[in-house]
Amino acid sequence: MSLWSRISNALHGERLNREIEEELQSHMEEAIASGRAPSEARRAFGSALRAREASHRIRAAQGLESLLADVRFGWRQLCRNRVTSAAAVLSLALGIGSCFAAFRLIDALLWRPLPISNSSKLYVLSRKMIGLYGKPAEDAHWSTPAFKVMRNAVRLDLKDQADLIAISDSDRTDITWASDDDIEKAHVAYVSGNMFPLFGLEPALGRLITPADDRGPGEHPYAVLSWDYWNHRFGRDPHILGRSLRTGDQTFEIIGVGPRDFTGTEKGTVTDVFLPVSMNRFANQDDITWHLIFLMLKPGVNPATALEPLRQHLAAVSRALEAECSECLRGMTRLDVERFLNQTLVFHPAGAGISDLQKDYRRFLAILGLLVALVLLIACVNVANMMTAQAAARSHEMALRISIGAGRRRLVQLILCQSALLALLASVLGSFFAAWSAPFVLSLVNPPDNPARLDLPADGRVLLFGFGLMVLIVLLLGLLPALRASAVRPVAALKGGNDPHAPRRLMRGAIALQVAFCYLVLFLSSLFVTSFQRLENRPLGFSTDRLLLLQTVAGKGQLPVVWNQTAEALRAAPGVDSVAISGWPLLGRIKINSDISINGAPPSPTPAFFLNVSPGWLSTMKIPLVAGRDFLPEDNSPGVAIVNETFVRTFFPGVGRATDAIGRTFSRGANRPLNKIVGVTPDVPDHDLREPNRAVFYVPFAGIDAKSAPTVEGFATFVVHSDAQNPLTLADSLRKLVAQRHNRLRVTNVTTELDLVRDQTIRERLIAMLAAFFAVVALLLAGIGLYAVLNYSVLQRRREIGIRMAIGSTRVGIVRIVTLDVFLMITLGSCAGVALGVGAAHYVASLFYQVKATDADMLALPACAILVTALIATLPAILRALHTDPTEILRTE
Amino acid sequence: MAKTDSLQGSLDLLVLKILSRRPRLHGYAIMAAITDTSGEVLRAEEGSLYPALYRMEEAGWIRAEWVKKETGRRARIYELTAAGKKQLGVEESRWQSVSLAINRVLREA
Repeated sequence: MSLWSRISNALHGERLNREIEEELQSHMEEAIASGRAPSEARRAFGSALRAREASHRIRAAQGLESLLADVRFGWRQLCRNRVTSAAAVLSLALGIGSCFAAFRLIDALLWRPLPISNSSKLYVLSRKMIGLYGKPAEDAHWSTPAFKVMRNAVRLDLKDQADLIAISDSDRTDITWASDDDIEKAHVAYVSGNMFPLFGLEPALGRLITPADDRGPGEHPYAVLSWDYWNHRFGRDPHILGRSLRTGDQTFEIIGVGPRDFTGTEKGTVTDVFLPVSMNRFANQDDITWHLIFLMLKPGVNPATALEPLRQHLAAVSRALEAECSECLRGMTRLDVERFLNQTLVFHPAGAGISDLQKDYRRFLAILGLLVALVLLIACVNVANMMTAQAAARSHEMALRISIGAGRRRLVQLILCQSALLALLASVLGSFFAAWSAPFVLSLVNPPDNPARLDLPADGRVLLFGFGLMVLIVLLLGLLPALRASAVRPVAALKGGNDPHAPRRLMRGAIALQVAFCYLVLFLSSLFVTSFQRLENRPLGFSTDRLLLLQTVAGKGQLPVVWNQTAEALRAAPGVDSVAISGWPLLGRIKINSDISINGAPPSPTPAFFLNVSPGWLSTMKIPLVAGRDFLPEDNSPGVAIVNETFVRTFFPGVGRATDAIGRTFSRGANRPLNKIVGVTPDVPDHDLREPNRAVFYVPFAGIDAKSAPTVEGFATFVVHSDAQNPLTLADSLRKLVAQRHNRLRVTNVTTELDLVRDQTIRERLIAMLAAFFAVVALLLAGIGLYAVLNYSVLQRRREIGIRMAIGSTRVGIVRIVTLDVFLMITLGSCAGVALGVGAAHYVASLFYQVKATDADMLALPACAILVTALIATLPAILRALHTDPTEILRTE
Repeated sequence: MAKTDSLQGSLDLLVLKILSRRPRLHGYAIMAAITDTSGEVLRAEEGSLYPALYRMEEAGWIRAEWVKKETGRRARIYELTAAGKKQLGVEESRWQSVSLAINRVLREA
């Protein structure tokens, strides 16, 4: 109560003074009324002012009152330099907002624990090995039989220290709710029956999958929907229970809806449907690795001591399994077998989920974080410089305050108040910026088939970060000027002799720092922008123009003749120029490798990638032939093949010219039928733009088995070259056309080749765009900072410049003394920037494409940009210095 | 300074005591009461009375409210709170023991 009244009194200081005054007046009236002389009564009070002050001090919370006064004073200071303050607030807001947005993204994708119980006790099992081309590789996918053996091993041998959970990737899958004509896509994940109970999840409706629903293969066709899917697809219809959904040739019954905030363990993807692992057709195949295995420690088990024994035991079990699996090792050379078995089992913490998005964007986000932190620092240095200049200009005022008894603490508080005001205003603006920019950046991670979806809540974590950031900024901005101001020696300052160079020295140091940060930002962004440009301009070797891709499935498979008839029907459709068939589209992220054996020798250690294509595919894709011919309608696979130039170089090193490779043969593994090379094409990037060209061979789409009978194909892509500029206008009519033929072929996905190529560079485009944006901001801020410092220094040295001019200094001489130390600082800062830049670039080298941090032009470009900016920024100050009129300066002195 | 200090220790006691006998007095009346009841020996200075009143108010021993006087001006009148009554007891017994001690010193020294 009393504290409250004191706070309230502090907030209403004027009213309090009036009340005290009134009471004293009333007292004096009484005194006079009771017969005392008015003058005597007044004298008895002593100084009215003193009495009031003493009373005021008792009744109001002192600290708060002075704080309020300082805030008011700081606000007035900010208002006095309106333009400077607005620039300071805006640049800080941009910096804070970017930091805030970057934190929200990083936290949501990488750090925020999954909404499950005991998320900190969740790990994912993965094996490290030497992969293709001798590169270290890591694989976290396992087969279901391996999972079951390992689960039993943990249960029996390790006395219940942990549980193993199987969860598949959340794949975009065709599902139907009613008739087969209404296919739609949903993200489907297969989970083991113990997942929901171990994660401590409760159903929002119905029940969840339990261990009893995950016993035998095909026995429990039950599905659980995620809350999100139930909400946006069914509008939370409670009658969803009992309905059936079909995927492939299986029908599932909906038994429940998951809890509201659980969207699966794959951050960046929202799982729509959960199915039991045992219902997957791969569930009893020991050579197909298709799901992750998570390990959840039981409550009370200490991870520090329990994990290593668990790991060792599971590694032994896993190795024994691999060695037993005859299917897995079939056709491998002994060296390959050894390499395959020589793998290390590792546990990775998975409390924040596991996803490819995390893997792809971890370094990208680290770079983004670094860039925004640097931009914020540059903005802070600017504002700190501004405050140092203002504090220097106020050194008389500070000296006066100290002389009349202000404590140093009070002075520090005065300046910190001003920086807190700036930081607060900037934080408010910045959080608006972050509220818009974080979802915006996320929305740019938008592969057409699988746009990233991430919850970006503004909860306590985010607020805490924001508050911490603000405190940090207040200290960064205010502490140095505050300490300097409070260290003012009144006598010296009032005499006017307080070392006038001190603030300038400080500001020059700040310039060097700013230039170093700016260089780093520019350097990294030029690396990313160049990287992106080189990737975008990589010659494709095929045309993406007007190519529509109809990715089509055929249930249990259809004969090549059915596929060809459908292609023929598509060819006849209006607006279609040509149609070809390939197993999958180029650059569609699908790659399948195959062993290559020449002359019946064992397969070579380097595999080749293949693609099955129909006759005319090469001309539809506008891929030329270097030698030989295209496939003919009567060609079958195995039998003939077309290979690329790298293939010739890799497997026929003795062949000089491409034409000489025609007629040579190879087989896909020892003792397999021969393929005769009938054509050679140039290299084209087949599945990843970033990777160098691999050996690729094409085989006819029409396959035959050992008895020369045609084989069925379950999926393929119709490549349609359209007459119209935008091939997507044909999408609907062609999709219907395929469905109308009633031959079990169904289009599951429609895209364009152009989109697939664009899809390849999404991450690079995003980082190049953001980096370029921050480079411009950094350069702008650094330029403003440079201008302000130089301008201030010229103003301060007006007297000196005037005297120099009066005694005959040349213009060149004046320019030199004004700019020399600034350019020295720029050089110093750039050198530091180079060191920082090369170090930082080393860490993210894997994100670059055909650029190296040590390229001379990469190092020179940022330096040039900074130099040009510096020249422009210093020009006004130099002109001002040159236009100094010595007589006028000396007259005012 | 010295004069107000000498009363400082006992000013709270006197104010509390007077307010306990005669509630709802304003500042001048408290001062007058101290002067009257002490036979004009003790005098509270205005300069120290009001700070003392505010301090005791903040401590929660007395509470104040504004009332209208006949002259039209407002006056701030004070009365004891429950905490003030307790404090009065404390102060009184302290005063008793101090004055006893002083008397003993005067007698025996």
